[in-house]
Amino acid sequence: MELIAFSFYLFATIAVVSGVLVISAKNPVHSVLWLILTFFSAAGLFVLMGAEFIAMLLIIVYVGAVAVLFLFVVMMLDINFVELRQGFLQYLPIGATITLILFIEMGMVVATWQLGPDVAANAAAPSPAVGDISNTAALGQIIYTDYIYIFQGAGMILLVAMIGAIVLTHRKRPGVKRQVVNDQVARRPEDAFELVDVAVGEGITQRTQNKG
Amino acid sequence: MDIGLGHYLIVGAALFVLGVFGIFVNRKNVIIILMSVELMLLAVNINFVAFSTHLNDMVGQVFAMFVLTVAAAEAAIGLAILVIYFRNRGTIAVEDINQMKG
Repeated sequence: MELIAFSFYLFATIAVVSGVLVISAKNPVHSVLWLILTFFSAAGLFVLMGAEFIAMLLIIVYVGAVAVLFLFVVMMLDINFVELRQGFLQYLPIGATITLILFIEMGMVVATWQLGPDVAANAAAPSPAVGDISNTAALGQIIYTDYIYIFQGAGMILLVAMIGAIVLTHRKRPGVKRQVVNDQVARRPEDAFELVDVAVGEGITQRTQNKG
Repeated sequence: MDIGLGHYLIVGAALFVLGVFGIFVNRKNVIIILMSVELMLLAVNINFVAFSTHLNDMVGQVFAMFVLTVAAAEAAIGLAILVIYFRNRGTIAVEDINQMKG
């Protein structure tokens, strides 16, 4: 139990501190790297809670795809980030005030709120006992049965996002030579060369000039 | 010192308000704002999974997966829009994004 508490406080502290650094780092590249650390710590928290599949998904999807996407875009765009940071101190007081109020409100809700007496019996898909089957298997058993349509819908969302991103960022450049396989296959020997009977002593220059 | 539901909810709340705070203080930088939105979605996920494991109900984790899906799609589309905006205008400052007069 001590180890669980220690791990929780370790991961929670790292997550919150690196979350602060995400929004306060001067360089956006550093922000992305702190974001990656936040995701890793959150994945640690998920493992502590017993949701291993979501934890691994978090690392694969967020760190492997989203954060790297951010990193690419930050490095690709040539932006003066110092200019974009102006106004940081100007909005700091109001932002800090509202944030503090929001956090205190959330804390009050968490501190005073109680679960209803019959909530625990209302589970739509009760988790199997630990050691019975793994978290991943338990998730798979309900994703592919009860929630198959929503699962397919999530896949559709990703497909639409992929097509949208490609359509948005794709551009046709004029004057680029491309391979056209149809033209290559349709090319016949008559288009490419001509057999010429060269008369003795005349040479070929006359004919090519005529052709040209 | 037992780690219960409340501990995780407090971490989630802290990450969520950090996201809100990030949007407030980085008002000119769209990339940091997008990262703040990712932080907020992560906080939502922490809440989902905390409740899921505390109440022994797998549905919370299924929903956390869908939140993850939407977050990934949102990041991809948002960054694509950002890239073409930068290609056309040469800036990503938020106050310059006013072509639609919104």
